[in-house]
Amino acid sequence: MTGRPIIHRSPMPGLGLSMGITLTMLSLVVLLPIGALLLKGATYGAEGVWETVNRERVWAALFLSFRLSLFAALFNLVFGVLLAWVLMRYRFWGRRLLDAAVDLPFALPTAVAGIALTALYAPNGMFGALAQQMGWKIAYSQWGIFLALVFVGLPFVTRTVQPVIEEIDREVEEASATLGATRLHTLRHVILPMLAPAALTGFALSLARAVGEYGSVIFIAGNIPLVTEIAPLLIVIQLEEFNYDAAAAIGIAMLLISFAMLLVINLIQVWSRRRIGHV
Amino acid sequence: MTDLIYPHTILGLAPFPHLFPPLRGTPKETEMIATITLAGTVTAQGPVVQRHDDGRLTITDGLSRLTGWPVGRVIRNGFSALALAVLGLGLGAAPAQLQAETLLNVSYDPTRELYREVNEAFAAWWVAQGNEAPVIETSHGGSGSQARAVIDGLAAQVVTLALASDIDKIAETGKLPADWQTKLPHNSSPYTSTIVFLVREGNPKGLKDWGDLVAEGVEVITPNPKTSGGARWNYLAAWAWAEKNGQDPKAFVGTLFKNVPVLDSGARGSTTTFAQRGIGDVLLAWENEAYLALKELGEDQFDIVVPSVSVLAEPPVALVEGNIATDGSRKLATAYLDFLYSPEGQALAYKNFYRAWDASKAAPEDVARFPELELVDIASFGGWAKVQPEHFGDGGIFDQIYVPK
Repeated sequence: MTGRPIIHRSPMPGLGLSMGITLTMLSLVVLLPIGALLLKGATYGAEGVWETVNRERVWAALFLSFRLSLFAALFNLVFGVLLAWVLMRYRFWGRRLLDAAVDLPFALPTAVAGIALTALYAPNGMFGALAQQMGWKIAYSQWGIFLALVFVGLPFVTRTVQPVIEEIDREVEEASATLGATRLHTLRHVILPMLAPAALTGFALSLARAVGEYGSVIFIAGNIPLVTEIAPLLIVIQLEEFNYDAAAAIGIAMLLISFAMLLVINLIQVWSRRRIGHV
Repeated sequence: MTDLIYPHTILGLAPFPHLFPPLRGTPKETEMIATITLAGTVTAQGPVVQRHDDGRLTITDGLSRLTGWPVGRVIRNGFSALALAVLGLGLGAAPAQLQAETLLNVSYDPTRELYREVNEAFAAWWVAQGNEAPVIETSHGGSGSQARAVIDGLAAQVVTLALASDIDKIAETGKLPADWQTKLPHNSSPYTSTIVFLVREGNPKGLKDWGDLVAEGVEVITPNPKTSGGARWNYLAAWAWAEKNGQDPKAFVGTLFKNVPVLDSGARGSTTTFAQRGIGDVLLAWENEAYLALKELGEDQFDIVVPSVSVLAEPPVALVEGNIATDGSRKLATAYLDFLYSPEGQALAYKNFYRAWDASKAAPEDVARFPELELVDIASFGGWAKVQPEHFGDGGIFDQIYVPK
């Protein structure tokens, strides 16, 4: 077999240049840091990585981080789509203001968000006091972590779904109704399939963001080992001890789990596209 | 009168006579004109009539005698004055000629208020010495992560951290000599502090000493010893008390940490959790943090309880040799650290609720507030090199507290 060039000569001009710029930027910003992390793990050795990760406390933290991130992303999937629908389909006073507010979690430093949430949901906070009367502890429990993760992940779903909702013609719903479909039937078989790919993308982004979140969670979590200690905090603790190898090991474990999760989400997306067709 | 030449008066380091022993010599006594500063802002010039042992000069302006710190160069006689003038002209004589030096002080969390005042006072003093106003920046954060930033290349000329072990880590990279802690007095610690209890007003749970903290239902707030230098002192203070009171220290600190509902990553975070969020019955805090909380948040909300035994925490300071590029930079950084030991610097430490060494210029009420208690220093635990891996290292005694049931 003769060696074929990876990039075929294309009639489109500028391919070489744009590809070069893209690869350079991607290498500098994404591939090199991840490569450095993997290299650090490689010098530590697979056994060392496994030994660091295979401890009750690390497993507990990893399980906590990924479980709560998944819950938060699922919550965002439902309420993010709902929020996008409300913002795009109805005209009401303050709509633009609300629309702008959706981006706030992107713009706000996460530490500020964490402190604000803690102030509200701590036992002496506005909502925290109410919750405590009902015997419900929010801040300094796993609920607090969940809340912070929902906060940082919400815009991802809403922002990816919004343009798709804008594209859906009203006539499609009306046609569905004239053909005798109930509202629920229209929603389930007409609207949702069209939103699914974008919503899934938003879900994946929201999940990825939640897994890596540190700044806001740290203020509201309580950080008790085995109970409310998130995996990124374990990495910081290892760094605090100048234990770079162990920090890299936990980082690699998180990277692998995240990669597996995103792969599954992508496969679901491919499957749903094939089933429903491209919107 | 034997005349003494004080090298530091020429270097602009007048307030530190103890660091610069006078050189005996016989300068040409023609006519010495000196400029001195009075009360920091007013300057006066005239012939020198007397030199004081602490470096101050008394001059006469013809009518009265004035005593103050010398400003800049002491102009020895007409000839050197002329030489200086010529030199000044030759260099363009523009004020911009004196390049403003910059100084980065990498510090830990609870020293914000202290260094804000120190920087201001030092800059004023430095300018009074005839230097260009320096640009002094201070960075604050957890002691360990600050040390790591310096290791990773943050160009700090001066580090003022919570633990000697953090500076040791920087020394391992060769940025400063291994014996850095011997370079300045008192183990390089210009101020010290200890660990006390901050309790809610009236001390409703009646917490008097370490033994009361392990009782059922008492909630203790402390940062995580893994991420906070101050929390390591909290832990060691509890350990010391248990040892002195015939309890198994390991079991004691284990029970104590079981009573901790929130482990913040830094000392400030814990103060916020306790004071603003209303969590917990007692905050284990730096003495200076506890007084600061009283001052900032109201004395009617909290009380300070001093336990029978605590630790002598010596937050050290050091010059980072590897980050000193020029002589000017070295001069400024050295003067900055020396200033911390000067009576003025020490007074600021007292004012900011630190225990310091020299109370000569401190307000008496700032000094009187500190009660006497039995203080255990790190050496009695075997030094940080032993304590750090044994207690706080990966899998160390602290990690063993948190094992699944």
